[in-house]
Amino acid sequence: MTIDLFLFLVLALVSIGTALGMLLSRNAVYSALFLVLNLGAVAIFFLLLGAPFIAMAQITVYAGAIMVLFLFVIMLLGTEEIPGMQNWKKFIIPAVLAGALILESIYLLTSASRPLGLIANPSESVNTAQAMRDLGELLFDQYLLPFEVTSILLLVAMVGAIVLSKPEKAGK
Amino acid sequence: MLFNESAPLGFFYLAPWIVFLPLLGLFTNLIFGSRFSERVIGTVASLASGLTFAVSALLAYAVSINHGEVPSQKLAEWISIGPLSVDWAFRLDSLSTTMMLVVSGVGTLIHIYAIGYMHEDVRFKNDPSRFRSFFIYLNLFIAAMMILVGGDSYLMLFVGWEGVGLCSFLLIGFWYEMDTLARPSWANSDAAKKAMIANRIGDFGFLIAVFLMFVHFGTLQFDAVFEAAHHASSATITAITLFLLVGVAGKSAQIPLYVWLPDAMAGPTPVSALIHAATMVTAGVYLITRSADLYMLAPAAQNVVVITGAATALFAATIAVGQYDIKKVLAYSTISQLGFMVAAVGMGAYVAGMFHLITHAFFKALLFLSAGSVILGLERGHHHAAHAHAEKKPVRGLKKKKDEHDHAHDAHHAAEHHEVFDPGDMRNMGGLRKTMPVTFWLYMIGTLALAGIFPFAGFWSKDEILLDASLHFPAVYWVLTLAAFFTAFYMGRQVWMVFFGEPRHEAAAHAEESPKVMTVPLMVLAALSILGGALNLPFEGFHNLGHWLEHTLHEVESLPLDLTVAGISTAFALTAILISWLIYGRKPLVKDQKDPLSVLGGLFQSMTDKWYVDEIYQFLIVTPFSKLSQFLSDVIDGKFWHDWFHDTVLAGTYNWVSVTALSEYADRRGIDTFFNSWGDVTQWFSARLRTIQNGFVRSYALSVFLGVVVIIGYLLIRQTIR
Amino acid sequence: MVPLNYYIILSAILFTIGALGVLIRRNPLIIFMSIELMLNAANLALIAFSSAFNELDGQIFVFFVIAVAAAEVAVGLALIVQIFKSRHNINVDEINQLKG
Repeated sequence: MTIDLFLFLVLALVSIGTALGMLLSRNAVYSALFLVLNLGAVAIFFLLLGAPFIAMAQITVYAGAIMVLFLFVIMLLGTEEIPGMQNWKKFIIPAVLAGALILESIYLLTSASRPLGLIANPSESVNTAQAMRDLGELLFDQYLLPFEVTSILLLVAMVGAIVLSKPEKAGK
Repeated sequence: MLFNESAPLGFFYLAPWIVFLPLLGLFTNLIFGSRFSERVIGTVASLASGLTFAVSALLAYAVSINHGEVPSQKLAEWISIGPLSVDWAFRLDSLSTTMMLVVSGVGTLIHIYAIGYMHEDVRFKNDPSRFRSFFIYLNLFIAAMMILVGGDSYLMLFVGWEGVGLCSFLLIGFWYEMDTLARPSWANSDAAKKAMIANRIGDFGFLIAVFLMFVHFGTLQFDAVFEAAHHASSATITAITLFLLVGVAGKSAQIPLYVWLPDAMAGPTPVSALIHAATMVTAGVYLITRSADLYMLAPAAQNVVVITGAATALFAATIAVGQYDIKKVLAYSTISQLGFMVAAVGMGAYVAGMFHLITHAFFKALLFLSAGSVILGLERGHHHAAHAHAEKKPVRGLKKKKDEHDHAHDAHHAAEHHEVFDPGDMRNMGGLRKTMPVTFWLYMIGTLALAGIFPFAGFWSKDEILLDASLHFPAVYWVLTLAAFFTAFYMGRQVWMVFFGEPRHEAAAHAEESPKVMTVPLMVLAALSILGGALNLPFEGFHNLGHWLEHTLHEVESLPLDLTVAGISTAFALTAILISWLIYGRKPLVKDQKDPLSVLGGLFQSMTDKWYVDEIYQFLIVTPFSKLSQFLSDVIDGKFWHDWFHDTVLAGTYNWVSVTALSEYADRRGIDTFFNSWGDVTQWFSARLRTIQNGFVRSYALSVFLGVVVIIGYLLIRQTIR
Repeated sequence: MVPLNYYIILSAILFTIGALGVLIRRNPLIIFMSIELMLNAANLALIAFSSAFNELDGQIFVFFVIAVAAAEVAVGLALIVQIFKSRHNINVDEINQLKG
């Protein structure tokens, strides 16, 4: 067992555990905090996979901005105590489906005729500064148009959020 | 030079106007006639006919100076199918223009006469609105007759042939809802139908002949047919000519189809004169003359024609002796004279036939119109007498005014008690010589012309026929001479009964002379009846008609006067008149006296009853036909076809198939069940499916999730199997 | 040296947990978080592939996914706030007007 695999397994356990924690917590605040942990774990995966920029974006945008927004809304609405679970019978079908999906995925990956290959050790193969530079060039060269479209999308989302949040009186 | 010698040939372009002008008059009266007075309507119609006569005269003049080919004035193409080509074309030769002149000339005089006649007739019959219809029909008749005589093909001739038949039908049934005595009845309609049906039989023959021509010659144009006939077998020609004779027998009232003509006297008297004496009924004679080239090639058919004509001439003459109705006598006389003409053209004496046709048109029109004058005179007298009676009983007159119903009832009552007055019955006449002198003299001229007394027109034309007969068919000669004897006798009888002696009825005593509008045309006809013989005098240099028709008929023999024949016929005629004087003139009939000839017993009765021909036809044809029709209708159609086949077999089967098999089993139990089940399944399924759409977002998400699982599963299975 | 399969299986497990969250939780905020988790799982797979095949396009995709997620969250949370304002309740089982 290499150090990579060890790290992977540990982080995998953490991410699955925090995901389940988010799913099962009765308190929405706990759920949000579990999700923050989960996002952090995934960010470490990104680092391991040689994507430091995405990892940082994950931490700042997701774990930072978005989850803070979530927590803010939860606090604002005071909906922490909404019961998480209904009676168990209702969960049978989704649970079965979920299990089936996981089994299918595993079967798909293990029975693949061609091995999908291994991930090289990022610390050996990736020059972080170089990777950042390449990513930037790619983003502002080949993917410039989608990038600009994304800015418009964000603008539209912002306008939408403002319109939705306006008091109803103003709407009339 | 403005006119050169051939300039009048341009008149040929006027040919279509002989049809257009009467049609113009017709449509003028048809469209504007409701606003015209009677005088204007009559003037328009007479003018149309008169202008037609003028055009005919111009055409005849153009024909007379035309030495080239017989012109055929094409108006339009009519039928063009494969090799058959028929045009609307007018044939302008001496024969057709002669007929045009006779038709339009006599027609015009009768138009003028009819203005006066119909003016009174429509009033006696209480429907003045029909005055216009009468002249519309008359103009239509002139147009149709012009097509008949002017056409350049057998088909066009047939169009005219049918057209005049239609007008004949319309005019016989002019007072369709009454009988000749104006009583409510369908007698006049029946007479019209009888004429139509008898003519249908003849037209059938004509059509067969036309079909044969088309089959064997491939053409219907006169010249082409005559040309082709020279190359055809004699059997074909004989068949064609005999079938044409059937047509002639129908239209020209020959044995055995003559029975319609006496009944056709139901029409107004101008119609009897124009259509059923002077023009339409001579169409058959014209047809044979026109087809002379064909008949020349078929001697057998010619013999049949001669025998038919001669037999008709004698047969009809004997019937005329026994008639009491003034118009019926003339009707049988017409049939008899048509027999003379047919016999003449059958013998190949076309000029004689046409000559007699022309003179007969003059004097028979004169006789009929004079008879009409007599009838109207009696009507006037009757009216006058009835009026006088009404004056005597003013109380009754007052009572009448109660209301319309009572009025009708009263009139009906009156009709029951007073015997209906028949103004046409010679037994009601007598002594009209004094009350109607003009009519009397005109009638005398007509009678002498018809009887064949020198020098009237009938003498010359009838003698020519008899002369031809004496040379070719001695037996026929004697038959025709005998017919001529009877002719003179019945005419004598008529004149003595009508005009001499004392009035046998108060109407005759009060009879009044007719107005000038009626008598003047009669005078013209009387003049023609006297002078008509000059058309073709049997002296060298006077065969005018013969030379004229030679253009068309090619072979014309001009016979000199044969004093033996003329002497015999004149002697016969004078003897007949003498006998008639002995019987009817010396001791005039008094009221309600039986006819002196009744001493002959059954013989005379048979003549009066027309030799029972109508009864024989009734027994031999009409009754079996009715019974057969009844049988076909009741048994074959009603019981077998309708009740059994349609109702039982067809409807029964259909009912069983539709109600039991198709409706019950196939439709309700089969198709309905299937589709109802289908609908039930759909409903059941959709009821289940409806629960899925519950509005909960998560349940939709579950569906999506399920879909994902299923699709991936499918992909996995497919991959595994592959 | 970690096989790529492991990453993918991990991604699948995380995605399935997120999907379960959407299906079984009634709090729309939790459902939203579950969606974020599913997006995250997809991101993980993308980065793994990107790393395995040594292509940077996967990372670009993830970059865009994060941007879209941010926009989505902004609008979604605004919606939830509005719904809460009008109903004083955000139980999704009581919001069932999404039917014809």
